[in-house]
Amino acid sequence: MILQAIMFYIFAALAVAAGVLVVSARNPIHSVLFLIAAFFNAAGLFVLIGAEFLAMILVIVYVGAVAVLFLFVVMMLDIDFAQLRSGFVRYLPIGALIGFILLAELVLVIGSWAVAPGMPNPAVGLAAGGVPVSNTRALGDILYTRYLFAFQAAGLILLVAMIGAIVLTLRHRADVRHQSISAQLARTRAQSVEVIKVPLGSGSGV
Amino acid sequence: MAAGSEAVAIGLAHYLTVAAILFTLGIFGIFLNRKNVIIMLMSIELMLLAVSINFVAFSVFVGNLVGQAFAMFVLTVAAAEAAIGLAILVVYFRNRGTIRVEDINMMKG
Repeated sequence: MILQAIMFYIFAALAVAAGVLVVSARNPIHSVLFLIAAFFNAAGLFVLIGAEFLAMILVIVYVGAVAVLFLFVVMMLDIDFAQLRSGFVRYLPIGALIGFILLAELVLVIGSWAVAPGMPNPAVGLAAGGVPVSNTRALGDILYTRYLFAFQAAGLILLVAMIGAIVLTLRHRADVRHQSISAQLARTRAQSVEVIKVPLGSGSGV
Repeated sequence: MAAGSEAVAIGLAHYLTVAAILFTLGIFGIFLNRKNVIIMLMSIELMLLAVSINFVAFSVFVGNLVGQAFAMFVLTVAAAEAAIGLAILVVYFRNRGTIRVEDINMMKG
């Protein structure tokens, strides 16, 4: 129990510190790397709480896909980031004020939060039939039965996002010479080979 | 839960506090980096992560797996949002040569 508490505080402190550095790092590359650190620590929190599947998904999807996407874009675009930071200090007071107000509100909500008395006790139904199963299997049981349509809709959202991203960034450049494979394959012997009888003593005339 | 370990027991409020701090950091980041769209997108990712932590914490402490299923959907939406947002950013940079937020005024909205 005490080990769990220690690990929680380590992961939580690292996640919050990484979050602070994400928004305040001077170099956007460092921001992305701190974002990855925050995701890893959040995955650690998920493992601590018993949501192993989501922890692994977080590492695979966020760190493996989203953060690397950010890294690619930051490195691909030739941007003067120092100029983008010019208003940093000017926005600091208003940002700090709004952040502080929001945090105070959230802490007040957390401090006075309680379950409504009429709520049914949901502590049953974690595993169907009362048999303890692994987190992944329980999640699959619920995802592929009760939330099948939502799950399929999530897949459709990803498909649309993929097609949208490709369509947005694809460009056909007219000034670049492309290989036309169909034209190459459609060539016949008559188009490409010519036999010339060369008379003795004179050139071929080509 | 043994007596004496009550003081160090990690409860729902601990996770909610971490999520609240991360969410606030996301809001703070959006205000702080008013000119840099990339950092703003990262702040949105941070806020979505906080929402996922909230979902999972409630799911575990209430004892209902639905929260974890919805955290997965949040993850899906976050991934789609990042892909589309960055694609728009790349196209915008290609057309205008900058990503300053003040310069995004072609539509005069």
